[in-house]
Amino acid sequence: MSVNQQAHTGPPYGQPQPGYQGYQQPAYGGQPLPAVPQSQYGAYNGPMPGYQQPVPPQGSLRAPPTSGAPPPASGASLPSGHLAYSQFGHGDVQNGIPASAAPMQRPPASQPFLPGSAPTPVSQTSTFQQYGHPPASVQQLSNHMAGMTIGSTTASAPPPAGLGYGPPTSVPPVSGSFSATGSGLYTPYTASQGPPPTSVSQGLPLAQPPFPGQPISTQRLPTQVPGFAPPPSSTGIGLSSYPPTTGAPRPPTMPGPPLPGQTLAGPPASQPNHVSSPPPPPSTMAGPHPGPPMSGLHGPPPPTHPPQPGYQMQQNGSFGQVRGPQPNYGGAYPGTPNYGSQPGPPPPPKRLDPDSIPSPQLNELPPQQKPRHRIDPDAIPSPIQVIEDDRSNRGSEPFVTGVRGQVPPLVTTNFLVKDQGNASPRYIRCTSYNIPCTSDMAKQSQVPLAAVIKPLATLPPEETLPYLVDHGESGPVRCNRCKAYMCPFMQFIEGGRRFQCCFCSCVTEVPPHYFQHLDHTGKRVDFYDRPELSLGSYEFLATVDYCKNNKFPTPPAFIFMIDVSYNAMKSGLVRLICEELKSLLDYLPREGNMEESAIRVGFVTYNKVLHFYNVKSSLAQPQMMVVSDVADMFVPLLDGFLVNVNESRTVIASLLDQIPEMFADTRETETVFAPVIQAGLEALKAAECAGKLFIFHTSLPIAEAPGKLKNRDDKKLINTDKEKTLFQPQTSFYNNLAKDCVAQGCCVDLFLFPNQYLDVATLGVVTYQTGGSIYKYAYFQLETDQDRFLNDLRRDVQKEVGFDAVMRVRTSTGIRATDFFGAFYMSNTTDVEMAGLDCDKTITVEFKHDDKLSEDSGALLQCALLYTSCAGQRRLRIHNLSLNCCTQLADLYRNCETDTLINYLAKYAYRGVLSSPVKTVRDALINQCAQILACYRKNCASPSSAGQLILPECMKLLPVYLNCVLKSDVLQPGPEVTTDDRAYIRQLVTSMDVAETNVFFYPRLLPLTKADVDSDSLPAAIRNSEERLSKGDIYLLENGLNIFVWVGVNVQQGLIQNLFGVSSFSQISNALSTLPVLENPFSKKVRSIIDMLQVQRSRYMKLIIVKQEDKLEMLFKHFLVEDKSLSGGASYVDFLCHMHKEIRQLLS
Amino acid sequence: MATYLEFIQQNEERDGVRFSWNVWPSSRLEATRMVVPLACLLTPLKERLDLPPVQYEPVLCSRPTCKAVLNPLCQVDYRAKLWACNFCFQRNQFPPAYAGISEVNQPAELMPQFSTIEYIVQRGPQTPLIFLYVVDTCLEEEDLQALKESLQMSLSLLPADALVGLITFGRMVQVHELSCEGISKSYVFRGTKDLTAKQIQDMLGLSRPAVPIQQGRPLQTPEQPVISSRFLQPVHKIDMNLTDLLGELQRDPWPVTQGKRPLRSTGVALSIAVGLLEGTFPNTGARIMLFTGGPPTQGPGMVVGDELKTPIRSWHDIEKDNARFMKKATKHYETLANRTAANGHCIDIYACALDQTGLLEMKCCANLTGGQMVMGDSFNTSLFKQTFQRVFNKGFNGEFRMAFGASLDVKTSRELKIAGAIGPCISLNAKGPCVSENELGIGGTSQWKICSLDPSTTLAIYFEVVNQHNAPIPQGGRGAVQFVTQYQHSSTQKRIRVTTIARNWADAQSQLQHIEAAFDQEAAAVLMARLGVYRAESEEGPDVLRWLDRQLIRLCQKFGQYNKDDPNSFRLSESFSLYPQFMFHLRRSPFLQVFNNSPDESSYYRHHFARQDLTQSLIMIQPILYAYSFHGPPEPVLLDSSSILPDRILLMDTFFQIVIYLGETIAQWQKAGYQDMPEYENFKHLLQAPLDDAQEILQTRFPMPRYIHTEHGGSQARFLLSKVNPSQTHNNLYAWGQVS
Repeated sequence: MSVNQQAHTGPPYGQPQPGYQGYQQPAYGGQPLPAVPQSQYGAYNGPMPGYQQPVPPQGSLRAPPTSGAPPPASGASLPSGHLAYSQFGHGDVQNGIPASAAPMQRPPASQPFLPGSAPTPVSQTSTFQQYGHPPASVQQLSNHMAGMTIGSTTASAPPPAGLGYGPPTSVPPVSGSFSATGSGLYTPYTASQGPPPTSVSQGLPLAQPPFPGQPISTQRLPTQVPGFAPPPSSTGIGLSSYPPTTGAPRPPTMPGPPLPGQTLAGPPASQPNHVSSPPPPPSTMAGPHPGPPMSGLHGPPPPTHPPQPGYQMQQNGSFGQVRGPQPNYGGAYPGTPNYGSQPGPPPPPKRLDPDSIPSPQLNELPPQQKPRHRIDPDAIPSPIQVIEDDRSNRGSEPFVTGVRGQVPPLVTTNFLVKDQGNASPRYIRCTSYNIPCTSDMAKQSQVPLAAVIKPLATLPPEETLPYLVDHGESGPVRCNRCKAYMCPFMQFIEGGRRFQCCFCSCVTEVPPHYFQHLDHTGKRVDFYDRPELSLGSYEFLATVDYCKNNKFPTPPAFIFMIDVSYNAMKSGLVRLICEELKSLLDYLPREGNMEESAIRVGFVTYNKVLHFYNVKSSLAQPQMMVVSDVADMFVPLLDGFLVNVNESRTVIASLLDQIPEMFADTRETETVFAPVIQAGLEALKAAECAGKLFIFHTSLPIAEAPGKLKNRDDKKLINTDKEKTLFQPQTSFYNNLAKDCVAQGCCVDLFLFPNQYLDVATLGVVTYQTGGSIYKYAYFQLETDQDRFLNDLRRDVQKEVGFDAVMRVRTSTGIRATDFFGAFYMSNTTDVEMAGLDCDKTITVEFKHDDKLSEDSGALLQCALLYTSCAGQRRLRIHNLSLNCCTQLADLYRNCETDTLINYLAKYAYRGVLSSPVKTVRDALINQCAQILACYRKNCASPSSAGQLILPECMKLLPVYLNCVLKSDVLQPGPEVTTDDRAYIRQLVTSMDVAETNVFFYPRLLPLTKADVDSDSLPAAIRNSEERLSKGDIYLLENGLNIFVWVGVNVQQGLIQNLFGVSSFSQISNALSTLPVLENPFSKKVRSIIDMLQVQRSRYMKLIIVKQEDKLEMLFKHFLVEDKSLSGGASYVDFLCHMHKEIRQLLS
Repeated sequence: MATYLEFIQQNEERDGVRFSWNVWPSSRLEATRMVVPLACLLTPLKERLDLPPVQYEPVLCSRPTCKAVLNPLCQVDYRAKLWACNFCFQRNQFPPAYAGISEVNQPAELMPQFSTIEYIVQRGPQTPLIFLYVVDTCLEEEDLQALKESLQMSLSLLPADALVGLITFGRMVQVHELSCEGISKSYVFRGTKDLTAKQIQDMLGLSRPAVPIQQGRPLQTPEQPVISSRFLQPVHKIDMNLTDLLGELQRDPWPVTQGKRPLRSTGVALSIAVGLLEGTFPNTGARIMLFTGGPPTQGPGMVVGDELKTPIRSWHDIEKDNARFMKKATKHYETLANRTAANGHCIDIYACALDQTGLLEMKCCANLTGGQMVMGDSFNTSLFKQTFQRVFNKGFNGEFRMAFGASLDVKTSRELKIAGAIGPCISLNAKGPCVSENELGIGGTSQWKICSLDPSTTLAIYFEVVNQHNAPIPQGGRGAVQFVTQYQHSSTQKRIRVTTIARNWADAQSQLQHIEAAFDQEAAAVLMARLGVYRAESEEGPDVLRWLDRQLIRLCQKFGQYNKDDPNSFRLSESFSLYPQFMFHLRRSPFLQVFNNSPDESSYYRHHFARQDLTQSLIMIQPILYAYSFHGPPEPVLLDSSSILPDRILLMDTFFQIVIYLGETIAQWQKAGYQDMPEYENFKHLLQAPLDDAQEILQTRFPMPRYIHTEHGGSQARFLLSKVNPSQTHNNLYAWGQVS
């Protein structure tokens, strides 16, 4: 995409080096404006070649709409500013808004501009991009840009200016660079248009030209515009200017077209178009962008356009891809005839030109030293846009799984799945649905091949649960050799007497009882009667051979183990738990329509010693048995410890009443931990069943006992080679314990209530390896945290869970599962063992080639999960998935899923911190992504200037998401992040599914004040940047763990009254953990939104009220992931530049 | 020698002491030639109706190595207010309190009739008695039920302020907390792990938290109101609680699979009980009462594995060195016993099972601590129930017949040294000038600890005459021995009983007949038997028998009168006449013969033999046989098969068993129902007489004997037949066919 136009900025204009300087001066002075705006458009035109290629058309179509509208505003501003700035500065400008911003940096200079700019944009707004039209003057182009903004923001724009400056600073350097890129990106598209000379050229030019162009261009523009010829020259310049990459020479070869000339030309042309073609759709984008915020940042000009070119670009990109419907495009582009005619630009590449890409890390450099290049944040790919597009395009139709290698809709899209032979994406998602045929290709692309599997995923009520198949005493039909289970891909031959395994090709006799005739197509006659022949997911009833010790399992047990040390008692936690358990025990998971749960329960309390309870139904009163021999744990009783809830109801109730009393005046502050797990384990062993321990724990276990820990928290280790020790368990004791637990099917769920460091990294080991969950409530306070805790507890107790699970992933010849990520234990290299596996747990599996694949047969995955259901039934759940294989890298890139990729990368990185310094891990991540993108650029993208950043449509969000991963607490902790938090998050993420990682890394930010109180829908999300926040609005941000409600200082009192029930901003208490229940539409709406979100997530999110300019805001800002973070994380724009630089290094 | 008999009897009644020799050979050489060592049986707490304790401290000799107590044998200078110690001849000043002393105003301890005197002293805090029940739950339902009832009943027999505790065990060991309301609470230990006392106390939360030394504030002896109160509570407080708790006691819930023994952690349970008391009430009277229904099958102290197919060790196995667990288990219990004894507590063992329960290994627990050992078939028998009840019997003065934590200090005059003691005691390792280098029994000390004793507990104490032959003792010289027993009375008072006795020395060459006449053959038999049994514990059976035989031969050589090669000329004086007979029966007794006895039984018999008083000991050696017939009043008859006649009813008392045996004719009559016919009422009376007599014995004896009622030809008749001297057998023309 055009995201980074910056690159161009410099080069294009500046002719060879000299050019630069030259540019600035003259150009600016002259006609600053024009060039800028165009650039974006230019992009489209630019890449001539691209268009011709097939796919494109569609892609292109789309893009326009969104982006289209916005354009203008920025442009205008630029001009003025330019003079002052160097070329680069201009470049920025181009992006439209951003460009201006860059200049802005220098306050003095910029300001002046602002005024100027602002106005301009407005005027331009109207226009879309007219790719076709080369003619328009540069200014106009710029106008376009502005226009975009204007639509939405224009008005606002002005104000910001003043403020703007301040804000931008944060980003300054970086931004500068971006802006440049932005312009460049688009070029490709334009190319296609090429035909109309102008337009084509424009495309490219747009990007580049803008910056440099403008200044320079100003002069030239005029000239150029008219004749396209000029563009070329400009290009040349541009390149040259950026000595390094593009170098003058290139121009011709590469993008030559795009950059220079085009840009210039383009813009002009486009503008006209715009004008003509009314404005467009882009508005959508614009809408959301709060003009103001932007402005604030950029200060000067037009900052606002959110959607801006950048966006458009992206959209375009999306078009390229199969996915995007192009309607929009059509609309937007209409103007451009070219598109239609042309095949459509090559898919999606997105280009940024960064020339000067300052790496994010360079930020430290004093801004002045570097020329600032600003990139318009709106010009770079927007996650929100992508999500919205996918939602609107794919949310309506059910996703039918019959076809091999189909890319499912995004996780953020609501869609129905119809199982027609492949597992639902709710069960399995892959990083790519088109696998390279050879390992060389795979290596070259560096795209990890991974599947994210959630074997027991919960399905929406409209979808049917996997059918249970009973093959009788002989058990499921399997391949003789590889033991794969019968599935739709098995080929029946010889009239149905045998079948050939789709995984290993071995031919196996069909057992007599399973024989069935084939119809004329070779299908079995009973094809539709048998789930295992027609569906992607189904279950087999396991026979006794599949059971431990060849004995059918007994129903599992839940053991509640409650810390009753001083802290737990004092905080009221124990009483709370006991109260809750009384009712919760009636909701233990039960199978199907059974009347009561088969699960038995047991109770243990502990501090330095353990207390077991005999709650046998025949007793008048529970009996407590204290085990103080924590060094050598054992279970003091068998009969009466694990009981049926209904039978022992009164005794249990009596026990739960008494526990809080008994320990009411305890003074014991020390606790043990390992013995608690051992106790549970021993109890399950004695009862010969699998089960789950619910441990409620408060403190670092320092009492003398096995697994005793010491406080080793040391923040000084951060950023050293020893940092990894913080994530490693203190002692191997817990690893061994975990192993024993897994062998017994003892899953451990941990609820932590720490008031200080308690070494989650170590305590969590068993939980982690047994497939359990950790819940952490730091500084637990009854009033504020009880809802959250109780909701989590309820959900955790009630959720569907399988025990004693073993999962194996089989693949067709050619690839092999080589690596596994998640909460489990592996005793060998193929079997994933989990003592417990619940409906939220996800396992990520990485595949590697061990042979060639063929395009014809594709690749198959079969995930078989053997587990014990909550009623004690042994079952096998099978998920099958078929993927395509490709010999062209382009196919690979076209069928990727960035969300899944991020899921994999995050897990990979989070595991990496255990063994490598965090920095190494971060670098490796960046490097891998750079390679992925570079490979694309090199092999799939249309030739263009090296200064352009071109992103595959499917991966255009990779940089932004990756940046979020890099900035996450684990990889780049801020000062307020505790070691425990990091360990906690690390483990948490490791079991997350794609939807969870998606929102976790890129939180959802909803403007509540924009919510339609009359409909059920959520307000449209906005991007996670402070720029997007308006002082007058209230926002909600959720990341799966927390919900923030951010209240701007200027929010109307009425809203405050409606939502918080207080009369003024200052009276809002940020100690609230829930919103007050008020009878007004707004309050109801907000609460219903929150409730809706809570339901969607597997954990109850903590609600935090943040007032603008309040202390807590720092915390909140941490989640505005597109901004530079306090802990040193790069802003999106900066990171994009950095990424571009990396890519360019790889390419050169 | 009626006079000597009287003298002996009088002495026994007054002082609870029986010497083997009442006139002592005056030189070492001669003493050794007497064969039977100079020794005595001492019953330290012999019940005396006429002994009012005095309420002051005894006066001690000031010589640090002596410290003998002022006694009637001391020479007193009333004017100088001085007294001379009769053991070390130290001259001592009377304490100020004795200022008014004179010939006519003597303190009790100087009066000859108070050769035994008891002082009540006020020392230290008085702690109530402690009873810690250690209960096996691996029992059959009925047994457990019976046991629970017995225990509940016992609560009412305990002094109200006594502390009780409860530990139950099976596969696990549970220490029950008695103070809690609502939920019943217990601490559980696994039965397979041996824990140190420290660990146990830590785990029970008994270790005192390190009291931070607060500066500036004088440490008020916090004398914390007994932390242990959670586990040991006054009976009157938790009577109800404990009754309920016992009532709810379940059989060990762990499943026992076919072919297995239940897992029983006796070793650990005891260890915990010991540790608990050790940590909380060291050196106060406490009884750990172990009730077990089978052998320990796991953990330290296990005696047999849980596989039923491997039977518990027999004597045969032991001889073949085939008893896998014996040594280890014995060691475990010995360690425990020593710890317990060191703390002044005692362990009682009530083992009721048809098979062995590991008494062999556990015997030292009772032996070293003065605890009781009771063996029965089931808790659901009157044998157990009544025995247990009898533990809490009260004496004539309404006090419990038990005392705790006694230490026995023996002092001798210079010519004598102490060789050792045999009885329910352990050495306190008090070396002193009067300790002999030759050891008999538990030697090398002049002090022993007897953790628990009752009025019948009797120790054998052996002396050595050390006076050299060439340093004759002047005519009329007397040797003296003083026994000082300090103990905790059942009323929790500390008391000291002092017995001082003196005997004449005699030159064995010139006055042998005196010595001979003063021989107490009963005491001698018991003393020799104790030596024999003591040896039997550590030596092979035949060696002991040979040793006994040799001693007997030597004694007969020394004191018998005979012509060489003429067996018929052999004569022994009256004072020796019964001795050979005792030895004969001793040889056949279960104390020395293990044949037909399990190791447990042997241990059980030996245990009792080593602590009962002279009379009971003699009964054990040579059971008493009474005959009832129409021919006259009941009469004692010879323990001989010739005493078994058809028209007699025999009553045999072996101490452990009471056997009533109906002769052949009598049995037939009874079957014919004559006793129910009015005209044969005398027969009814005849039948009743032995029953009444047996009842009388049963009433008084502890432990309650096994009561056997049998008849000619009955299977139980073996108890009788195995005891009698088989003068008539099927080999020597037996008129009436011998069955059995």
